[in-house]
Amino acid sequence: MIHEIGALGPIALIISHLTKIVIVFSVTMVVVALLTLAERKISAWIQDRLGPNRVGPGGLLQPAADGLKNLLKEETRPLAASRVFFLLAPALSITPALITFAVVPFAAPLPTPWGLVDMVIADLPIGVLYILAISSLGVYGIVMAGWSSNNKYAFLGALRAGAQMVSYEVSLGLSLVPVFMIAGNVTLTQVVWTQQQELGLWLAFPLGLSFLLFAIAAFAETNRLPFDVAEAESELVTGYHTEYSSMKFSMFFIAEYANVLTASALMATLFLGGWDIPFWNGDDMRVTAPGIVEGAAPHVLKTLATLAVFGLKTLFFVFVFMWVRWTVPRFRYDQIMHLGWKVMLPSALGYVTLMALSILVLDQIGIPFGFVYGLILTGINLVATAFFLFVIDRDRVITGSAPASTGLSALPSGIEAVRVRRRAPAAVSESLEV
Amino acid sequence: MAIGVKTVRRPRENTSYLRATLRGMALTFRHLVDPRKVTIEYPDEKPPLSPRWRGTHRMAVHADGRPKCVACGLCPTICPANCIRLVPGEDDQGNRYPVVYEIDEFRCIFCGMCQEVCPVEAIHVGQDYENSEYTRERFVYDLDRLMAQDHDVTALWDPEDPLGQ
Repeated sequence: MIHEIGALGPIALIISHLTKIVIVFSVTMVVVALLTLAERKISAWIQDRLGPNRVGPGGLLQPAADGLKNLLKEETRPLAASRVFFLLAPALSITPALITFAVVPFAAPLPTPWGLVDMVIADLPIGVLYILAISSLGVYGIVMAGWSSNNKYAFLGALRAGAQMVSYEVSLGLSLVPVFMIAGNVTLTQVVWTQQQELGLWLAFPLGLSFLLFAIAAFAETNRLPFDVAEAESELVTGYHTEYSSMKFSMFFIAEYANVLTASALMATLFLGGWDIPFWNGDDMRVTAPGIVEGAAPHVLKTLATLAVFGLKTLFFVFVFMWVRWTVPRFRYDQIMHLGWKVMLPSALGYVTLMALSILVLDQIGIPFGFVYGLILTGINLVATAFFLFVIDRDRVITGSAPASTGLSALPSGIEAVRVRRRAPAAVSESLEV
Repeated sequence: MAIGVKTVRRPRENTSYLRATLRGMALTFRHLVDPRKVTIEYPDEKPPLSPRWRGTHRMAVHADGRPKCVACGLCPTICPANCIRLVPGEDDQGNRYPVVYEIDEFRCIFCGMCQEVCPVEAIHVGQDYENSEYTRERFVYDLDRLMAQDHDVTALWDPEDPLGQ
């Protein structure tokens, strides 16, 4: 079914783009501000407290008060800091976090009297690649902040952030490869269309392990607990932004929450159908050419409904981010490296191979690309996920008790290793084995 | 001596990271949705005080507005922190009264011995803790200020009922 709404004229196109940019930017900033409140509220509720509730109804104006406070606070610049990079770092960390949102489709196309308006700022043909490229830039701000502060804690935080970003970037990219293989495209609108219509199944099911790996890597990419070694306030003061004050500090904060929001929106788009309303075909549409829609007829109400659904999905992931943060303690640095290189990377590589193989076999057998195709992949993924979880569950490093041989043989020669186990009386070792 | 690494073999269900994490998530979620919270919203809502809480002082007053104090001098004598300043006076009928009665609440250690020793139950420590001021001088309470206090007074420790039940 093809609907011709009509393309926008050149002036209408410019106006619509500017409007979308302004609206998306302001909505993102407001939501990011509210996320700081949400974080404090959720942490409070988890700890049986009430959270901020003095400023405005239910504490809703708390972010405004915080922002005002940060604007009015004294701004300090350490004497030994490198001036240019010290000032550049907050801007460099906030910009990638915000511009990633440009390629995320956030609602069904909107018909207007002047023509059809895509509900995405820039429907780039290289959507996901753009996201991977830009989101890696975020670490430059962090590394620059840590280095230019000329503070050992900040520097250590920056080093850790850099190492972590390098380690998990690989798994992040690899976990997305099966998505491209299924969608046959890296455009985000196409990924949404695949989930709505062609497959009829959200990719969280046929690519379950991909989803899991992407979620883990996204936690690491956004430097959120349990991967927040770059901040690690109990070890590194506050890590890379130790020397920052007032609004510059606030900008790192905004960048973190903007990253969380973007990562959540990405997970919603890539794996939960984007703005797709489940169990309803009335919203399945895609723009094939300017002004031409394939699928259901676009409508203003449909645009609003899909926008709401997209918001709900995104906020769900935001909530998971916060929920995990206030539950799980921080990984040790060696555990992060272990998980990144020895668990995530081989798993992602093996998984890509497995999915490529499955898709090839399914195509060779002649199963049409559709719902059944998706169900078979779901089955394969269930097995793969179960296997992955089983392997992680056996993993001695994350669980925190490495085999005795590795601990002792790693000592350099000349140092006498004392085997405590052999000497310990039997009664003691038994009492510990609870 | 070199450091040895001792490994304790524990059952899988005790060491599994995944299972521990899932249990933790379930626990935090239960607390998240639990409407019972422990916060006391302080200025609006105050925690109950023990009947034996000893806060800032209060001077008991006769019906005609005179202080009950007879300037016997027992409280400055027993005060371990030496925070009470008393200048006694005597009127035409030979009644003793305090000309100056000041308590330095900064020096006071709130032991409550002044209240215990007072023969006429004039000076008391009270059920009060909101006593911030803008200057240090304001913490020396004079007689008028002590008489103007209107908070509840502390229950004396009763040897018959040591737990205050």
